[in-house]
Amino acid sequence: MKQLQSILEKDSFSRTISSIFSILIGLLFGFIILLVSNPTQAVDGFLIILKGGFSTHAKGIGQVLYFATPLILTGLSVGFAFKTGLFNIGAPGQFIMGAFTAVYIGVKWTFLPAPWHWIVALLGATIVGGLWALIPGILKAYLNVHEVIATIMMNYIGMYLANFLVKSYIYDSKKALSMNVADTAVLPKAGLDKIFYNTMGTTKDLSTVNCGIFIAIIIAIIIYIILNKTTFGYELKACGFSQDASKYAGINDKRNLVTSMVISGMLAGLGGGLLYLSGGNGRRIKVVDVLAIEGFNGIPVALLALSNPIGTIFSAIFISYITQGGHYLQTLNFVPEVIDIIIACIIYFSAFSLFFKDYIFRFIKNRVQSMEEKKQERLEDGGEE
Amino acid sequence: MEYVIEMLHITKEFPGIIANDDITLQLKKGEIHALLGENGAGKSTLMSVLFGLYQPEKGTIRKDGVEVKIKDPNDANGLGIGMVHQHFKLVHNFTVLQNIILGVETTKNGFLKMDEARKKVMELSNRYGLMVDPDAYISDITVGMQQRVEILKMLYRNNEILIFDEPTAVLTPQEIEELMKIMKELASEGKSILFITHKLNEIKEVADRCTVLRKGKYIDTIDVSETSKEAMSEMMVGRKVDLQIEKAEISVGAPVLEVKDLVVASKQGSKKAVNHVSFKVSKGEIVCVAGIDGNGQSELVYALTGLSSIEGGQILLNGEDITRVSVRHRNKAGMSHIPEDRHKDGLVLDYSLQDNLILKKYFTPGFQKNGFLRFREAEAYADKLIEKFDIRSGKGRETETRSMSGGNQQKAIVAREIDLNPEILIAVQPTRGLDVGAIEYIHKQLVTQRDEGKAVLLISLELDEVMNISDRILVMYEGEIVADLDPKEVSVQELGLYMAGSKRGEAR
Repeated sequence: MKQLQSILEKDSFSRTISSIFSILIGLLFGFIILLVSNPTQAVDGFLIILKGGFSTHAKGIGQVLYFATPLILTGLSVGFAFKTGLFNIGAPGQFIMGAFTAVYIGVKWTFLPAPWHWIVALLGATIVGGLWALIPGILKAYLNVHEVIATIMMNYIGMYLANFLVKSYIYDSKKALSMNVADTAVLPKAGLDKIFYNTMGTTKDLSTVNCGIFIAIIIAIIIYIILNKTTFGYELKACGFSQDASKYAGINDKRNLVTSMVISGMLAGLGGGLLYLSGGNGRRIKVVDVLAIEGFNGIPVALLALSNPIGTIFSAIFISYITQGGHYLQTLNFVPEVIDIIIACIIYFSAFSLFFKDYIFRFIKNRVQSMEEKKQERLEDGGEE
Repeated sequence: MEYVIEMLHITKEFPGIIANDDITLQLKKGEIHALLGENGAGKSTLMSVLFGLYQPEKGTIRKDGVEVKIKDPNDANGLGIGMVHQHFKLVHNFTVLQNIILGVETTKNGFLKMDEARKKVMELSNRYGLMVDPDAYISDITVGMQQRVEILKMLYRNNEILIFDEPTAVLTPQEIEELMKIMKELASEGKSILFITHKLNEIKEVADRCTVLRKGKYIDTIDVSETSKEAMSEMMVGRKVDLQIEKAEISVGAPVLEVKDLVVASKQGSKKAVNHVSFKVSKGEIVCVAGIDGNGQSELVYALTGLSSIEGGQILLNGEDITRVSVRHRNKAGMSHIPEDRHKDGLVLDYSLQDNLILKKYFTPGFQKNGFLRFREAEAYADKLIEKFDIRSGKGRETETRSMSGGNQQKAIVAREIDLNPEILIAVQPTRGLDVGAIEYIHKQLVTQRDEGKAVLLISLELDEVMNISDRILVMYEGEIVADLDPKEVSVQELGLYMAGSKRGEAR
């Protein structure tokens, strides 16, 4: 019991548990919607969602990781900004601008040799994503324009600009998508193609997953180190917790605010690059007037991870997993829109972990304590156990 | 004798703390009953229970001998219990009259009927000598007048039991005298008054009986006329306190901080918050800026420390012009600052105690290497300060500062600022909201700084503090320094006149 109590008091443990709890509640809620929309197939449907990426074996898992890659980055983007006291709602814009830049470099700069080509393309994506966040950052720091408003505006500007630029420079009019990037610009598989494939007769049905997932994980670790081990992170977090106290301590709060916003945008931009530099069976930029969902899903990813960079890896994989599961729901009699609703409900409900964290813990602790007390009473009353 | 209100064996617990432990308080009709205790003794909690803001775990409340349940302030109001909160609850862009009737408006067919209300308010105002102008806007009247509006609010609602929560904290000595008169008047008219305070002089002057609380426990109820101040203070603190501070005679050295013709714009209106202020603070002296809250002291400090911009003037630190340099530059040049608002400015509340103790040092070579924090050094440093300054907390250096008590939070700030070994220490209301023990401690620290030949600029609203520890008093009124006084040669009454703006001296 004592041990249980000491574990409960550990912060990291409580965070993990509250995240898991909110996932369960999200799933429960999803199940209710399944029941309402299609009672006869609800249980089957729910099982398919739970099976997630496993529904299509090794390739499916590969796809989960592939779609988790941009989510890790946008999740980091939102989480990083949040740790420093900013709400970056602009991940969709930063993401799509980064994506365009990466694809543009991937298609046009064929003079670059193999590893350099994709590296430069990713760098380009990162820089442009950062620039896209620089503007709201400056507006916030020096003109006190709220970053939520500014980043939302930049989302639309980014979306339409990317559409225009794709159509003007890198448009494949037959498929109505962006062009394939050059082979030299495709992210290497890094051995993942030997694990994540399904055998179809004599051919291998490869998953799209590539070294992007490793890059994403490394970035998450770097962000963790920056936030927790460096003076830079110490300053950023101080600004996030209390701008007044930071200013009082002599920290340049305005500069930190801009830097933080730029880093946040760089992460989202890199996410765009990683998703779209994925070769033949990977994603292409669609010219549609819809904000990039990977950008917005960064918000629940970050919330579910309570903005912890390492936690972001897992929450991104979870959300990608559930989303994949949703795709397979189409094998049953579910309308695609309903599937989207169910998945959105699960994701956003899960993101309520913040609200559950304290509440659940008080509850569990009280239970443990009252059990302790009862045991104590029994000991006192009976003198033996 | 009948009691109008009896609170019997009240126990109120909060997680981890028993705020009220079996407390009994009996209020007679027509008496002024003081409730004495240090901060954290449970006075406010007890009054909140009476006013219906908290529900006690144990104990009963009786009105005129009948047991009553008070679930919310509306119940309290219904029983005739009214309260003047420490921070007034007035609508600033409403008139006095509008504020008084707010919530109990007299209406006819849904339209306001102000005439009757006005008549009643004027009647009450004249009867108790409150002298308020019903048509003045709250934002235009003095704090003392605002307090009278609060009193009128209670009277208008026919409250019989009036609770005053530290009513004198925001007043000048003259206003305090007025308030005392009003309280006596009210009591003689049959109102019963509960008066929360930790100032013994006021109790001596106005109260009939006094209930003392200490650390949530009931100590005693005494007859004020039969008990000495020393005895009351001992009951309150639990030990003998030395209220006088020993100061060595030392000679004043070269000027450290020089302020020339400083002007700071005001946030509201065209008046200047700080209006052409000039003064010097030299080595080995404590200069105190006295004044009523809101006369430009905060703006002055913000300007000196670089937290807000200035309109004109010059600030010199040891001869160096620091008028336009950054906060960090000022800190490095030897300026320490104990801020007025420890929660807003002084601490990053979500950071651990350790992270807060290194808040002004984390970037120095001892605490970082190539941009990476050196945690071992920080830990050792935090432990050193915690021991040296006796900062108490639940989990040592790992404690989240938000969870610490006000006194220990303040100690942490004092420790951090003093350990910077400053040339000048700017301390703004360093003892606000602290108990007698912590106050004693912080005063000693300030005096030690001075005795070591450092310059100290103290901004304070507490007259006792001003008179006790300063070597020189600057009085600030409406953004100007209206007097430069020697505490040995000036009386509290005279100081009050300067603070209220009714007297002006020649700045030396």
